Amino acid sequence: MSYTAILFLLDSSVRLAVPLLLAGLAGLYSERAGVVDIGLEGKMLGAAFAAAAAAAVTGSAWIGLLAAIGVSTAMSMIHALASINMRGNQIISGVALNFLALGTTIVLGDAWFKRGGITPTLSLDQRFGPIELPFVAEAANVPIIGELYVQLISGHNILVYVAFLAVPVTAWVLFKTRFGLRLRACGENPTALDTAGISVYFLRYKALVVTGVLCGLAGAYLSIGQGANFTDNMTAGRGFIALAALIFAKWRPWGLLNTCLLFGFLASLQIRLQGLELPGIGQVPVQAIQALPYILTVVLLAGLVGRAIPPKAIGQPYIKER
Amino acid sequence: MANSPPANDQRPSGAADSEYAVELVGINKSFGAVHANKNIDLKVKRGTVHGIVGENGAGKSTLMSILYGFYTADSGDIFVNGEKVSITDSRHALRLGIGMVHQHFMLVENFTVLENIILGAEDSALLTPSLARARAELATLAKDYSLEVDPDAVVEEVSVGHQQRVEILKALYRGAEVLVLDEPTGVLTPAEADHLFRILEQLREQGKTIIFITHKLREIMAITDSVSVMRQGEMVRTLATADTDPAELAELMVGRRVLLQVKKGAANPGETRLEVRDLVVKDEMGVVRVKGVNFEVKAGEIVGIAGVAGNGQSELLEAVSGMTAPVLGDVIVSGKRVSFHGDDGAGRLRKAGMAHVPEDRQRMGLVTSYEEWENSILGYESDKRYGAGLSLDIPAARNEARRRIEKFDIRPADCRLKTAKFSGGNQQKIVLAREMDRELEVLIVGQPTRGVDIGAIEFIHSQIIAMRDAGKAILLVSVELDEIRSLSDRILVMFDGNLIAEVDPADADERTLGLYMAGVEEPATESDAVAAP
Repeated sequence: MSYTAILFLLDSSVRLAVPLLLAGLAGLYSERAGVVDIGLEGKMLGAAFAAAAAAAVTGSAWIGLLAAIGVSTAMSMIHALASINMRGNQIISGVALNFLALGTTIVLGDAWFKRGGITPTLSLDQRFGPIELPFVAEAANVPIIGELYVQLISGHNILVYVAFLAVPVTAWVLFKTRFGLRLRACGENPTALDTAGISVYFLRYKALVVTGVLCGLAGAYLSIGQGANFTDNMTAGRGFIALAALIFAKWRPWGLLNTCLLFGFLASLQIRLQGLELPGIGQVPVQAIQALPYILTVVLLAGLVGRAIPPKAIGQPYIKER
Repeated sequence: MANSPPANDQRPSGAADSEYAVELVGINKSFGAVHANKNIDLKVKRGTVHGIVGENGAGKSTLMSILYGFYTADSGDIFVNGEKVSITDSRHALRLGIGMVHQHFMLVENFTVLENIILGAEDSALLTPSLARARAELATLAKDYSLEVDPDAVVEEVSVGHQQRVEILKALYRGAEVLVLDEPTGVLTPAEADHLFRILEQLREQGKTIIFITHKLREIMAITDSVSVMRQGEMVRTLATADTDPAELAELMVGRRVLLQVKKGAANPGETRLEVRDLVVKDEMGVVRVKGVNFEVKAGEIVGIAGVAGNGQSELLEAVSGMTAPVLGDVIVSGKRVSFHGDDGAGRLRKAGMAHVPEDRQRMGLVTSYEEWENSILGYESDKRYGAGLSLDIPAARNEARRRIEKFDIRPADCRLKTAKFSGGNQQKIVLAREMDRELEVLIVGQPTRGVDIGAIEFIHSQIIAMRDAGKAILLVSVELDEIRSLSDRILVMFDGNLIAEVDPADADERTLGLYMAGVEEPATESDAVAAP
């Protein structure tokens, strides 16, 4: 495999890791605050649709992004209402949102655009195009490192850079700010937070707003960044993979970056391996190769992670006695 | 959250000069049908250590949770420094200078000590300056009150005593003038308890007010200036500690109840059925609750275990009935040593001929959402009486249930009714009927008449005596002194995890028993770490 081919593989890994990373970080805020979010998938899907639809109608990627964030945050607030105020089952609320998004996006898409649930293809200026970083022309002449800069670092859309920037920002928020301290306490021992005089409900709402925004970015990336339109169920389980990556990373931002890159790499390898011939077996069926990242996810989660200790109060509605 | 309203009206007498740091007037609080606090009055003088003593469930913790804003009282007034306040939440209580050290620590276990201390009291959006200030403050507090902690240690990795000091520091860091400690010594070793008392004395010298909740009379005598006794949700009396003694306090705590007359003949003990040897039991927190206990129960006798609630009786019951495995020691039923290997000890003991009526019928004895007949066979559902193989012989089970309803006079007489709809006394009868109405050798009964009305008490007592007369060995654990005295053929007194005395009920008056139960007559042991006042 040539150096260029390797860079190509890594570049594709990065592109595939971004939605996982954004959704994983979204889940991190929610779950660190003690609210299970199995609805990442649905929020992403809703956001992807909103982004594509708004960008198609207005012709602006930025308005598409705002629509994505709006829809995703609204869905997150439904989850908040159900799981914080109503003390409902957080898994069920999340699953309900997933189904809601799956059905609603197709119905609305068909009603609005008459293409069987698919939104119109966006031109390059209607979506987030690649950004050329400075000194690309100069770097192109430098061997190895220059090629790496041009191929791998430069030439992504804005949401890719936002996603990678969100990792150190999240780590800083989580461990260096008052909000982060309270957020972590909220997921570990909400009663301690309550007796310290801080509202557990309000804090969880704040966390779920952040979750909504990040899921909005993830969805917008799929339909108006990486892709050029919305197709039905275009998230294809990425929300669940992101959740697995979050557990694999033990709810830590830097660990999440690593696991998302790993999952991105597996997904990109999968594409490359299609059509592979194995000696004695012949051509490996496409389905088997496509299943590879998912199989590896299960193996990694079951065998290699070790004990992932979730935030202690996760999944439990906080009930303040009166 | 507005500031406290000005104290313009109805100050209680003597409050104008603010001699009292905290006054509670006419506090009422109910949880459903349970009246946890009945018209409670309490005055706590500034700069003193005020003890609140009472058995588990007397309403002490509820009262303090109201003061700390964790619960809201149904009625009643709170005055802090003579000003009427309405404390709506913990933040408000903290602003009024009231800090609380809860029985179960309110710490985030995977946070460092420093992070726990600043949580909720951070100076700014960024942590670094807050952490620096807290670190400096901690050094001062440590010097002033011998409250040494390691600021960078992770809380779950330090000892319980250390964690408690973090809780105290949390309160002081927030400027607490009144410090409420809820059962602070329950989880401490004797040496750690000593350390705590030194800290409390220093806090008092610095003018802080301390409210100290406990059920241990020795601690009251050792550390408090005045003491209030609570019993069953009521404030019984407030006394100066110097004017009282443990015996009087024990009597006030347990109360003189109307002695129930139980007709029973002399016991006719046969061979030993239940033997307990060197039993040591730890609770969930890892604290040793039963400290090497030996006793035996013979066929045809009732052995009663008396004691103030919380001295290890519950843990003893749980181990003897196979619910928890003891750390050390043996339980021998009808000559056979019981293995505690695995988690089905209770099932094995049942097969060995032991029946167990647990202390807490709703938590351990019944599934309250079941119909009565289902609870009536619970734990015995694979018995041949209720069908062979996989299927349950429901008509047979219901017929059994109906027969027991009649025999034990369970009302209403409807085996299809949800168990939650039965009254406490009838729920207790459902458990008793299930456990007693079978082949058995040993019967273990915990708190058989807790929350049961008078009529049912009489019936339950006569059933227990009938079992004795039928030659069964019966172990009775109760915090009701009268029940122990009127039913038992021998009384063992439990204090601080040990059986410290055996008393013949014929010569046991309440005062003698009270002294034993208060640990006053206990021979000195090495666990006597609490210094005399």
